Amino acid sequence: MKQYIIKRLLISILVLFGVSILLYSIAQMVPGDYVTNITSGNPNITAEMVEQMREAYGLDTGPVEGYFNWLSKAIRGDFGTSFVYQRPVTEIILDYMPPTLALAGIAMVLELLIAIPLGILAARKQYSVTDYTIVAIAIMGISLPTFFFAAVLKRIFAVGLGILPISGMVDARMDYEGFALFLDLARHFVLPIAVFVITGVGSYLRYVRTNMLEVLNADYVRTARAKGLPERKVIGKHAFRNTLIPIVTLVGGMIPGLFSGAVITEGLFAIEGLGNIALNAVYAGDIPYLMGFNMFIAALTLLGTLVSDILYAVVDPRVRY
Amino acid sequence: MEDMQIRNQQEQDEFEQKQVILTPGQLVLKRFFRNKLACVGLGIIIFMVLFCVVGPFISPYGEAELFYINQETGEEVRMDSEELEEGSASGTIILNGRGPMSKSHWLGTDAEGRDVLTRLMYGGRVSLSVGIVVVVIELFLGVLLGGLAGYYGGKIDMIIMRLVEIFNCIPFIPLMLIISAVMFASGVKPEHRIFYIMGVMGVLYWAGVARMVRGQILSLRELEYMQAAEATGIRTSRKIIKHLVPNVMPIIILIATMDMGGVILSESTLSFLGVGIAFPYASWGNMVNAVNQSIIMNNYINIWLPPGICILLTVLAWNFIGDGMRDAFDPKMKR
Repeated sequence: MKQYIIKRLLISILVLFGVSILLYSIAQMVPGDYVTNITSGNPNITAEMVEQMREAYGLDTGPVEGYFNWLSKAIRGDFGTSFVYQRPVTEIILDYMPPTLALAGIAMVLELLIAIPLGILAARKQYSVTDYTIVAIAIMGISLPTFFFAAVLKRIFAVGLGILPISGMVDARMDYEGFALFLDLARHFVLPIAVFVITGVGSYLRYVRTNMLEVLNADYVRTARAKGLPERKVIGKHAFRNTLIPIVTLVGGMIPGLFSGAVITEGLFAIEGLGNIALNAVYAGDIPYLMGFNMFIAALTLLGTLVSDILYAVVDPRVRY
Repeated sequence: MEDMQIRNQQEQDEFEQKQVILTPGQLVLKRFFRNKLACVGLGIIIFMVLFCVVGPFISPYGEAELFYINQETGEEVRMDSEELEEGSASGTIILNGRGPMSKSHWLGTDAEGRDVLTRLMYGGRVSLSVGIVVVVIELFLGVLLGGLAGYYGGKIDMIIMRLVEIFNCIPFIPLMLIISAVMFASGVKPEHRIFYIMGVMGVLYWAGVARMVRGQILSLRELEYMQAAEATGIRTSRKIIKHLVPNVMPIIILIATMDMGGVILSESTLSFLGVGIAFPYASWGNMVNAVNQSIIMNNYINIWLPPGICILLTVLAWNFIGDGMRDAFDPKMKR
């Protein structure tokens, strides 16, 4: 087990290395005078920063040497300075993490709470009307364009009915404190979370359903039925516990998806999190931040798969590495 | 006794004649068309293709044609008419922006005074062709590399699978944001941007295909008929083309249909964010973008709702078809 984890960690580092090369070469494709281009119109950027930028991206040296310069800094957690915020990228990522974590975390819990029971229900009643309805709704959720769905929800609930705020994180006209502030925040998070959950839950639901179907066809379920156990026990004790195994892997894989999904949802609802900054960074040409953000998600993805693989072994004693 | 035998024989013959022997392909089709949702999906796609391919020929307007209105008479003035010059000089003719739904403009006009329905048709061309091109590119790369990895194994497999992992752990939208920032900076022309986006998306999406194709080939390689093919001593290329490819085909077709919806969705998201297809070219995504102006969101639903519904329907249809295909190809493998 220990050996397996070490091997996986080493491979992850190798992959991360590859990711950095890929990202770096994309950033390198920017034409040479790009730094001057982008800085000329921006009074906030000093000549010193321009130099620093050139240095950070190896524009003053060759691409290979530049890459290693960048890498040696990146390993120490220095991803350069963001153009827009004029602060280290790592600091910004840490600062703006809370809203994204809250949004993604709540959405993830809700998705699991919806996907698992409904997926199991659909699998238990395969080919019934319930099954078809649940699956059709799941596919519809997957097919919904996030931006369009968000617009429709805003139009209905914020503009039409006026019961929820249209965007932002807090009501700018009010000066709430304590619990009132929390309530205000919660009100602002309802629509983004709804968008997140409804567009994201479908694929997990189908995943749960597929796995539950597989378990229901297994021999031990037939044995349990043959013993004359009540259906409630067969499902709750024998089948459900075994579907939990693939669901554990699912959770590890969900995390990076939530962060990248946050880009659009946060942008649409003007929530000041990592994703929204990333979106604005595109228009501002803030490549250091985008590089840092992408590396962050890539590392998170690798970590997520690693953790879920290890958990897999913990939950399922049959799995040995 | 003899009688009975003859009659038996006859019955048997009749039975055999009546029996319809279906090829595997026909069986798949039969199962596919039994799935109602899949049929609905197929219907929607056929409608969309007709709408986007034939529609522009029927529509009397152009994609970027602007419409003006004579304020005094309330009559519509077209972009190339002679009245326009004198009219706009005297101020009686203004741009017919956000025009209402009417007989001449079924879905009204957008903020710049262009016919929404016509732009819907042109936008659909973009969405559908992006879907097809991207899927072709990803299939080409994915099948080639996944096939190599699965068939040869060993070091090649190791290298290709690491590459797949690299591509897998960079999420699409954030990576696309960097690429578009670079495209902005390098000054790529808006009319060329779509080709770059198609290429980039194809290159980014191959990893998933490669993984599935590799898995399939790995399991096929162990089957008896592959061993038999090996034993006959035929060439490797023949073995791959005659024996492996036909058996990987179902999964390739499956991936193609399943990914189609996802690709169209991603492209529309990019266009919506303003990093995809850009003005003056229409795409469903950038048509929905009008919703960012609050006056349009509140009062002119006819501008942003139809393109959004078009995206939803098309993606939904591809997903339904993909679902039906999966059931049809492998009755055991349920959704």
